[in-house]
Amino acid sequence: MRSTRTTHQPPSGAPAIEALGLTKRYGGTHALAGLDLIAPAGKVTAVLGPNGAGKTTFVKAVATLLSPDSGQLRVAGIDALADPGRVRRSIGLAGQNAAVEPALTGRENLVMVARFFGHDRTAAQEAAVSVLDEIDLTADADRPVKGYSGGMRRRLDLGASLVGAPKILLLDEPTTGLDPRTRMELWDSIRALVSRGTDVLLTTQYLEEADQLADHVVIIDHGRTIANGTPTELKARAGRDMVEVRVANGADLATVTAILAPLGSEEPRIDEPGRRVAVPVIDGTGRLADAVRSISDRGIELDDIGLRRPTLDEVFLTLTGAAA
Amino acid sequence: MNTITDHHTAVPTSDLEPSPGTAPRRTIITAPVNPPTVFATANTYAARTVRKFMRTPQLLVVSSLTSIMFLLIFRYVFGGAIQTGGIAYVDFLIPALAAVSGLFAGGAVGVAEDADSGMFDRLRSLPIPRSAVLLGRSMADTALIMWGTFVSIAVGFIVGFRVHTGIGTALAALALCVLFAAALSWVMIFLGLVSGTAQAAQGISFAVFPLIFVSSAYVPVKSMPGWMQPIADNQPVTAMVGAVRALVLGGDTQALLGHSTTWLVSHSIVWSVVIGGLFATLASRRFAKL
Repeated sequence: MRSTRTTHQPPSGAPAIEALGLTKRYGGTHALAGLDLIAPAGKVTAVLGPNGAGKTTFVKAVATLLSPDSGQLRVAGIDALADPGRVRRSIGLAGQNAAVEPALTGRENLVMVARFFGHDRTAAQEAAVSVLDEIDLTADADRPVKGYSGGMRRRLDLGASLVGAPKILLLDEPTTGLDPRTRMELWDSIRALVSRGTDVLLTTQYLEEADQLADHVVIIDHGRTIANGTPTELKARAGRDMVEVRVANGADLATVTAILAPLGSEEPRIDEPGRRVAVPVIDGTGRLADAVRSISDRGIELDDIGLRRPTLDEVFLTLTGAAA
Repeated sequence: MNTITDHHTAVPTSDLEPSPGTAPRRTIITAPVNPPTVFATANTYAARTVRKFMRTPQLLVVSSLTSIMFLLIFRYVFGGAIQTGGIAYVDFLIPALAAVSGLFAGGAVGVAEDADSGMFDRLRSLPIPRSAVLLGRSMADTALIMWGTFVSIAVGFIVGFRVHTGIGTALAALALCVLFAAALSWVMIFLGLVSGTAQAAQGISFAVFPLIFVSSAYVPVKSMPGWMQPIADNQPVTAMVGAVRALVLGGDTQALLGHSTTWLVSHSIVWSVVIGGLFATLASRRFAKL
């Protein structure tokens, strides 16, 4: 009676998704330009990139909605190009490429998708009840979806991908367009799923989202992978912690720069219009204390001083070479 | 078929053990063993499409009102000016509306909406036989077209339409209408798939208008210019409309229609099979490459 979810996992060590040299052209545009990507089994992998990086094309390829021009793609250990039908039995898709039907109730939507996964009537009803509970929509189950809020629709969409108990969940920009609070609620739903051990591949333009949800982050741009690792590893690549100071009076900028320079491991970076100076440091908290002491000794008035850890934004901008 | 039921059939159950009916509310979902059949898939999708129609007043009411309006305009405004020999214009008109209401229905728009909203992407990511999706769509659209047909016939009776033959031939005419609806549903599915958005589908649906008007649907072909008559006479709508007319109005219409009932019925059936087959093939190819 227990779930067979865990026994469905690919043999240990085999990645959930493995792409090698994937290419896809639309006219003159290379949506995928030799993409190499591995989503390890048992983990949440975030594919992070700006609009037009190839995220959606990649998800569509994994979901067998399109076939790449060249390259290799294995999903749950199955060759997705040779046997897309078997891949479809292992995946659930939600996000901008999937839809819920507004004229049906939440329950009817889930039962419908459950039937499409191959459940008989009884099993489809049971799956719907269970998923409604899981995505916290039981109270609204029998209302038409057209009356749902944006967040409820996304949760239902997420739920629809779950009724077939897929091994791998594909979430294409699951929170795009949601307000911050609804986004956080959806993150909670996704975390709950992950805690049960479903492999998840999600795409996002939000670094924060990747940081919040993913164990493994793959950054792509122009159809290629440009970096991958854990969020911590990627942050480390953006450099060290920074002590950052914003002076109240622009005239003090030079003095403060002179104070910070000996504390840093690199040259201070000055942002004159912002009246800001920042310096990368080793032992962030110790150097921050030093900076606060020296600056207050001189009686310089500050707007702000703090220790700033690199964000994924900075990694991203460093790696993609986009202007900050 | 799933592992929950497998388990229950494999283990003998006593009264103390929970039966499937009293299973705990929160069951753990197991992946289905087999993908759904073509029939189950088509049925599920058809049921959803019909439900959507019934629950969307804009579709249900507006489509009905539009066809009623069309009917009344032709019956009372144009009808008086159109010469249909010894047959009352209302008797000439209603069989035509019933036969090709598929060309007026919003099938293309519904298909384009499903393509645009992501419904088709979701379906194509699921372990279903893909051909079954369009089959289900055609089943649903045929049912919806027949709804329009029934509305036309009902209003037709109110405004003076009568069957001149017997109940048997009338039912045969209705059966033909179902066949035409099924064939024409594939034309609309194809147009919906190529248009991509609901708005484009709305526009592209007008492409079938010459087919409707350059036919014997509203006026006798003999009233058209000489060069146009062969076109109007030999196109599918004329055959379909003629077949239904001949069946419900009887033999005295043959002079007006220019062909025998047998000729019209057999030609309309051949046309339906050709149109249905051609557009089902085109639509399926298009669907695979969406």
